[in-house]
Amino acid sequence: MKSGFTLYTRKELISLLILAALIFLVFPAVLDVFRLNLVGKYLTYAFVAVGLVLCWGYGGILSLGQGLFFGLGGYGMAMFLKLEASTPEATKIQSTPGIPDFMDWNQLTALPGFWQPFHSFPLTLVLMIAVPTAFAWLIGVAMFKRRVGGVYFAIITQALAAILTVLIIGQQGYTGGVNGITDLRTLLGWDIRTDSAKFILYFVNGGLLMAALVACQFVRKSKVGRLLVAMRDKEDRVRFSGYDVANFKIFIFCFAAALCAIGGAMFTLQVGFMSPSFVGIVPSIEMVIFCAVGGRLSLFGAVYGALLVNWAKTSLSESFPELWLFAMGGLFIAVVLAFPNGLAGVYDSVASRIGKRRAAAPEGAPDAPPAPSDLAVPAAAAHRQPAAAAKDDEERLLLGGDRFLGKPAS
Amino acid sequence: MNATSTLQPDFLLAVESLTVSFDGFKAVDDLSFYIDENEIRVIIGPNGAGKTTVLDLICGRTRATEGSIKFRGKELTTMREDRIVHEGVGRKFQTPSIYEDLTVFENLEISFPRGRSVWGALLFKRDKEVKERVQEIAEMIFLADLLDLKAAYLSHGQKQWLEIGMLLIQDPDLLMLDEPVAGMSVSERKKTAALLNEIIKDRSVIVIEHDMKFVEDIADKVIVLHQGKILSQGTMEKVKNDPKVIDVYLGH
Repeated sequence: MKSGFTLYTRKELISLLILAALIFLVFPAVLDVFRLNLVGKYLTYAFVAVGLVLCWGYGGILSLGQGLFFGLGGYGMAMFLKLEASTPEATKIQSTPGIPDFMDWNQLTALPGFWQPFHSFPLTLVLMIAVPTAFAWLIGVAMFKRRVGGVYFAIITQALAAILTVLIIGQQGYTGGVNGITDLRTLLGWDIRTDSAKFILYFVNGGLLMAALVACQFVRKSKVGRLLVAMRDKEDRVRFSGYDVANFKIFIFCFAAALCAIGGAMFTLQVGFMSPSFVGIVPSIEMVIFCAVGGRLSLFGAVYGALLVNWAKTSLSESFPELWLFAMGGLFIAVVLAFPNGLAGVYDSVASRIGKRRAAAPEGAPDAPPAPSDLAVPAAAAHRQPAAAAKDDEERLLLGGDRFLGKPAS
Repeated sequence: MNATSTLQPDFLLAVESLTVSFDGFKAVDDLSFYIDENEIRVIIGPNGAGKTTVLDLICGRTRATEGSIKFRGKELTTMREDRIVHEGVGRKFQTPSIYEDLTVFENLEISFPRGRSVWGALLFKRDKEVKERVQEIAEMIFLADLLDLKAAYLSHGQKQWLEIGMLLIQDPDLLMLDEPVAGMSVSERKKTAALLNEIIKDRSVIVIEHDMKFVEDIADKVIVLHQGKILSQGTMEKVKNDPKVIDVYLGH
């Protein structure tokens, strides 16, 4: 614990390798391209979920508007792809060739100014992340500097997600409206609709997710991670230890927003369109549920949460489309009530119980015979026994404490 | 009180005409006092006298309605809380205010005065200097064997010590302690008194305390607050024999 900076403990490294094996080996081996593409889509939500682990699980900042950043990232990518698909040759039947089809349908005769930068791919890559992050920064400054937090913050973020949805739907000529930006074809001339492209994009997405996980782990293991936990617990104490609490909240909120944006962009690439239905209140709350089900204190848990809940959503809504929202709501309530630390919390408690039983068995037997000799030196035994017990207790606490950082009962 | 103007660099802390009112109720009313370098000042007074509010005002938790607080000539009433800490003011809260989800080591480490910006905290390294300092402080506060324990599992007294340790590692020039021995057992109280006597060297301290024996032991000067105003001040001996004080406080 006290020795120098180690990014991953052995246990965490094994978890990382298992996840990598699952994403890069198992899924591609057992799933066809259609299903693999679906998993790729689920994994774009994992970016959001791991961001929420830091922001909500560690920092205690519940954002119900992550769809906002996911959407902005997704739209950034979609705008680039749409422009690439709207060459004058491809759109020559329009009254104004060279602009996206929905603009033509809405009687626009020129490309709006804010679309112009998205002609350039490098600029798109920058803006795609910079715009949502800057937006998060604005929200953060406006809220956290004024010490707005908790429920108020959650409600405001939710309202913002709703506002963006309304704006996108209302400004049909500029945004594609309720249909979103559809009919995306190529990325720098490379057709993203083919099976091989979907296969490659799945791996790019997986690679980016791994990089995001490592970046999150770095933040988590740095002093920022410990400060987030400290702030969640005793914000005033952190302030009176000489930290500007608002800056740390703004940082982690922006960091989570940037991750959402990457997820959104990868979503657009893999799904082939972007629409307001991935931006608003319902998708934003779903994102929180992915994180809660997986475990809001576990980065890996959040990835599994995103995978499982989305898989359940696909399977359930295929057969019972009306039931899905109720099932989702019920799942959220059940998780919060019964497993506040999600799947990761359940896994940890089971693993530590098994570990304890395994550790107890071999120790118990050889300990029995030397008991008389212990009695012969009562002083030494008395001294050793509590120390050993304390060590054991400490280990148990640390095992639990590593991931289970939340208040034990809540 | 004495020949004091607003330009006195020899005072560490100058509180002048300090007033704070909550919806018309003046919790602190036109209060003025001065603290010298390395002085130990104790504030006593009955419940609701405004003792904790005075500390809240100095550390920026509550904002003054009127008046000024100058620390080494710098105005604190308009300064952000974390800046006040950077100036060298440390505050211990009445109930132990520690991070229960972190270990004792991590609690102390967070208070170590380095890497207080976001980037500084991201790049903060747990180097030899940090570890040695944490170890040193942990030994002073009797927690050297419990560094890896989650702070939630400490006893009440140990939590109080931990918070004192967190302030020590911060190394403030003005240390403000709000009832540091409250709720402690007799033996814990003794250890704490010894600890406090150790740490009040080389810095100025403001203590709020009810334990008169303890106050007599450490105080240079005592302020008795009553209804937001100074009722009496001076040495413990003088204060104890002040009929006004006996009337409202000690006599009870």
